[in-house]
Amino acid sequence: MAEVITKVEEKEPLFGKKERKLIMDPLTDNNPITVQVLGICSALAVTSLVYPSVVISIAVVFVCAFSSLFTSLIRERIPSQVRMIVQLVIIASLVTIVELVLKWANYPIYKQLSVYIGLIITNCIVMGRLEAYAMANKPWRSFVDGIGNGLGYGAILILVAIFRELFGKGTLFAGSPIELKFIGPTPEYMINTVAEGSWFGWYANNNLMVLPAAAMFIIAIFIWVQRSRNPELVDIS
Amino acid sequence: MILLDSFINIFIKAAFVENLVLAYFLGMCSYLAVSKTVKTAFGLGLAVIFVLGITMPINWLIGEYLLSENGLLGIDLTFLRLILFIAVIASMVQLVEMVVEKVSPALYNSLGIFLPLITVNCAILGGSLFMVAREYNLTESVAFGLGGGFGWFLAIIAIAAIREKIKYSAVPPALRGLGMAFLLTGLMGMAFMSLMGIDPEALTSLSN
Repeated sequence: MAEVITKVEEKEPLFGKKERKLIMDPLTDNNPITVQVLGICSALAVTSLVYPSVVISIAVVFVCAFSSLFTSLIRERIPSQVRMIVQLVIIASLVTIVELVLKWANYPIYKQLSVYIGLIITNCIVMGRLEAYAMANKPWRSFVDGIGNGLGYGAILILVAIFRELFGKGTLFAGSPIELKFIGPTPEYMINTVAEGSWFGWYANNNLMVLPAAAMFIIAIFIWVQRSRNPELVDIS
Repeated sequence: MILLDSFINIFIKAAFVENLVLAYFLGMCSYLAVSKTVKTAFGLGLAVIFVLGITMPINWLIGEYLLSENGLLGIDLTFLRLILFIAVIASMVQLVEMVVEKVSPALYNSLGIFLPLITVNCAILGGSLFMVAREYNLTESVAFGLGGGFGWFLAIIAIAAIREKIKYSAVPPALRGLGMAFLLTGLMGMAFMSLMGIDPEALTSLSN
């Protein structure tokens, strides 16, 4: 009898330490963008505004989590030669679902994101997690791992977008129901040089932030800060 | 002549003004991972030009004659676009790999694992999706494929050359490697923006 009881106690809880680690790790020391260097593709181009970045982050979390779940469910039946194609088909179907739902729910934002929704398919972070984690782990764990990595990815995306939109356009969440504008009266000496709005009258919007290059600089600064705080992550090569 | 004009226009625009990596962040993963030496970057760049040049017209034909409402089946199947495009790309890459292995084992060995990696290179799928979004015709999509591939090739060679040199500089430890690569890509992006002044239409009218 005693043996049976200890066995029951050994059964792992649905959301224990390991699961929490799976979610928290990608947000900090194992971030998909700044540490694993995965998934920089595609989605960064939408980070000039916060709202589309939030939408695409949610889409990535969804695709990442469910593709991990489904791949993990059939992982023992996939022949290893064709596993890439099988994974791609799973991801592509999920992305198609996301695309159709978004088209129905919010057409303007669907138009604005256009090709970048489809490009989630080739986002390396999704495929990378399938190869590295879901092919070798149980469904529930893989699902949580997918959510964690999606969130870690989304966090960076939204952070970059906040910097770019705030300093580049002087707004936050433009285009969404909770749009914020930080535009004050333009001071006299700026009237002739700055066409529209500046922050509370003293900050002129920096057009560099709207350019694609700004996203690169901001991520480089994130990497710099993160690696200065945690020297273990420093590249030796 | 008009055909050739639009071909050159779109080629120059895709290669320089709207560079896939520097303006749209497409194909960043392999761009960052494979840009440590010029030699490998060269091989991957060539492979990308090749695959983009092949898959774009094929995807155009599929989109036009299979998926659209006016196509052979007469049903609107555009919701299958993503799955079909990625399937075409995956199988084309496989095919290219087999052909190259048969025809030129030396090239095959030098490209190594980069060929299969191209399947998940966002630039390839991105090219096809841009083609649909911008409603290109067949010639234009070939031009866009070749031009985009050439722009990608230029970008990866440039960053690889810079990264080879920067090994000898005293970069702060936390910025070494990835951090520097991001900064350099940003600077290169800004440099490429100065090419926006190129007006391809003016160029072609000059040649006439």
